[in-house]
Amino acid sequence: MVKHDMPADRLSATFAALADPTRRAILARLALGQTSVSELAKPFEMSLPAVSKHLKVLEGAGLIARRIDGSSRPCRLAKEGVEAVDQWLAMMRKALDANFERLDVLLAEMQPQSAKRRRRP
Amino acid sequence: MSKLTLKIEGERYVVVTRRFAAPPALVYRAHVDPVVIQKWMLGPAGWSMPVCICEAKPKGRIRYEWSNGQGGGFFLTGEFLELVPPRRIVHVERMHLPDATPDNRIETRFEPDGEGTLMTMRMTLPDLETRTRMLSTGMEHGMEASYVRLEGIL
Repeated sequence: MVKHDMPADRLSATFAALADPTRRAILARLALGQTSVSELAKPFEMSLPAVSKHLKVLEGAGLIARRIDGSSRPCRLAKEGVEAVDQWLAMMRKALDANFERLDVLLAEMQPQSAKRRRRP
Repeated sequence: MSKLTLKIEGERYVVVTRRFAAPPALVYRAHVDPVVIQKWMLGPAGWSMPVCICEAKPKGRIRYEWSNGQGGGFFLTGEFLELVPPRRIVHVERMHLPDATPDNRIETRFEPDGEGTLMTMRMTLPDLETRTRMLSTGMEHGMEASYVRLEGIL
């Protein structure tokens, strides 16, 4: 279903959040499952406060959600925020894939004539 | 394995790359010759392009009309800004869904890649309203959104 409930400023925040490679890496890790902040910080040579700052941006953009669970506050992907971007990209990919596969066939048909011409003595 | 890559670049752009097993001149021609365009630029299965106007010259007009064969469809208009055969095309386009979406400037490059061509298209990421309207054309029919896939981002 198409979602109409995401405000435009939220969407700009989403793309600003996605523009940073560290934040994309954090999302990639969270795609594997929810985890704690300290676990998230491990692969990055970064202090916990620095990671927390990135998490705040991602949370503000609606891409992740954090649960209050004692002091650990595990992070997970926020399905709605991610889907809003993903759905459009998936549609584009599907349409383009179909187009370019048809174009592959056409190019192969267009090709032999020029190849023949090249081979002519 | 798909040969297509689709990536978000910075906050504003979408970059698509695709390799073709044909020289740049042929791939370029497939993007400016209406007879050829009408055979492939059709989107998902079941769609066709009954109208294809493509005047491949600076300020030349573009008009593509798509139909899903069941009374549904939309069209796109645009103009060419720059044509450098067989290397580069710059054009601006907007979709009519049915109201016109904001202009999108698209640069398409064709580079020799061995015996074939590496094509790179760089376009502006449409805003939320445009993306929502694009999705509502029904082009996404049958598509299942998967939030772990996040094409081009993860």
